[in-house]
Amino acid sequence: MSNLTLKPTKPWKRTPKQQLLIAVNLLVAAAISFVIVLVTPMKGKLAYLLLFFISTIIVNFAENYFKSGIAPAKDSIATSFVTAGLIIAVVPIFSILFTIFERGRAGLNFNLFSHDMKSNGPNDPLGQGGLLHALVGSGIMVGIALLISLPIGILTAIYLTEIKGIFSRPIKFLVQAMSGVPSIVAGLFILSAVVFPITKSSSGLMGGLALSILMIPTIARTSEEVLLLIPSDLREAGVALGGTQWRTISLIVVPAAKSGLITAIILGLARVAGETAPLILVSGGGDAVNPNPFHSPMGSLPFYIWKGFTFGTTESIARSWAGIFVLLSIIFILFIAARTLSGSEEKK
Amino acid sequence: METKPITSSLSDVANATKARKQPGSGALGVGLEARGIHAWFGDKLVLRDISLDFWYGTVTALIGPSGCGKSTFIRTLNRMHEFIPGAAMAGEVLLNGQDIYEQGTDVTKIRLKVGMVFQKPNPFPSMTIADNVLAGLKLAQLKTENKDDLLEECLERAGLWNEVKDRLSAYGGSLSGGQQQRLCIARSLAVRPEVLLMDEPCSALDPGSTLRIEETIQHLSSSMTIIIVTHNMQQAARVSDYTGFFLSDGGPGELVEVGPTSEIFSWPKDIRTENYVTGRFG
Repeated sequence: MSNLTLKPTKPWKRTPKQQLLIAVNLLVAAAISFVIVLVTPMKGKLAYLLLFFISTIIVNFAENYFKSGIAPAKDSIATSFVTAGLIIAVVPIFSILFTIFERGRAGLNFNLFSHDMKSNGPNDPLGQGGLLHALVGSGIMVGIALLISLPIGILTAIYLTEIKGIFSRPIKFLVQAMSGVPSIVAGLFILSAVVFPITKSSSGLMGGLALSILMIPTIARTSEEVLLLIPSDLREAGVALGGTQWRTISLIVVPAAKSGLITAIILGLARVAGETAPLILVSGGGDAVNPNPFHSPMGSLPFYIWKGFTFGTTESIARSWAGIFVLLSIIFILFIAARTLSGSEEKK
Repeated sequence: METKPITSSLSDVANATKARKQPGSGALGVGLEARGIHAWFGDKLVLRDISLDFWYGTVTALIGPSGCGKSTFIRTLNRMHEFIPGAAMAGEVLLNGQDIYEQGTDVTKIRLKVGMVFQKPNPFPSMTIADNVLAGLKLAQLKTENKDDLLEECLERAGLWNEVKDRLSAYGGSLSGGQQQRLCIARSLAVRPEVLLMDEPCSALDPGSTLRIEETIQHLSSSMTIIIVTHNMQQAARVSDYTGFFLSDGGPGELVEVGPTSEIFSWPKDIRTENYVTGRFG
């Protein structure tokens, strides 16, 4: 052996033999549960699942006990429970996603993004009409909410973390309490405080106002957490270089927290994009594209979905599922954008 | 020589420094004067009656065990002390004869004249190397004739120019710890301070980087007043002209002794200083 080259190995990884053993264990557990279902009066999918879970624990326990002793055997019980918990948590999520894709598929077509429901009823064939009006309305109202919430939310966070004035405690409490406000309460508030006494009609602006009530606490709380992560060293360094507090905040602290603050904004958007109740109350819901937020009711995606389901025919319900699919896709894209933006900063 | 120096190795180092630079010889006058400084956190007195002169053109090292108030003391010298909730102080700090705590003083102007380098390197993460150096100008809204010249000059004086001149637009975080600390020194030089406070600037660095920083301090010392807090007595002996020894016996920190560095390490007057510099406690 002249040229002994080292092959990189990972001795801490499972060998193929161990992987096979795990598969055998699962098979044995499946067989046991199958036999038990056969010979006992227990029936149904739930019985299979429960028995499979129990027999997996027992088989794993036995294997580890005979191979390595009592401690790894006990450890295997914990592993089984944690894995089961993971499956219980994840399965419904995938089930929901799958259902939405499956049901929404029928109503998906290009008309959705180019037509509104001005000249079509919800009962018309799926190829006619679309949700352009809802998309435009949601965009405008969420945009208005963002314009209001972004400065208020971030300035609140700066007050709480940087200025730490005497009102910090009550404001912090208020922001936390506000983030738990049911969305319909936000709608009722705008309805009674603005719509009834002043405008006397619903419009996109009212919808944006109601959404901003829900959005401000989300942005403020997330931004606060992000700003708290900025080391106080940086603030001291800025001040020690002769900066005033405000210049230090705006030139050092906020830029350092930029990616986190963008995440806060996106989380705020995702939080309100699907809100239905306040919009039903204050923005009404038109069937035609209405680009003017100050005049006449405005449609929105959640409203479109709600309307389709309440109408109750096969076509209208299919329209709603398509709407859900579009809404969920938008929220999904927002979340992925938030993840990538905050992730790219960490690498730097 | 009437007696043998108490610590031969440290006093050798300090005497070598003395040979290079007679204490006070480079001094053009008092750079900064602390008069009867007391400091409190809440009700707790942490610093009692510190009076010290810092001479222009010299390096003064402040040594002493952890928790004796050295850092608190230098933070009173550029009014960073007041950033800690519950902090209070008494006494005067005279910069060019003016008390920096006088009512109506513009604090930001004081901090421009009394710069600070922190224990942990803290370049601004959202800024490039060049922007970091010039950050002080932006923060304090100062104008400069030629930014490129200032940038090169500051990096040169901090001993970093050759290492970063080809990547000035890289982010500050991409440098090594020692380079980051020299970047922070360059950053504080850009606003042309008269006094530079250094709070254990090398405690997070490896010996090689420490040496570079010490060289930088030597270079800078002729043109400004430098005050350095350090736990490393070798470092105090190497870089400083004067040394002050702080001690707290459980109560507030006090200044036990101050004098030319070679004397503090060779013939300290106080037995507590002697015990500390010979490593018998602390």
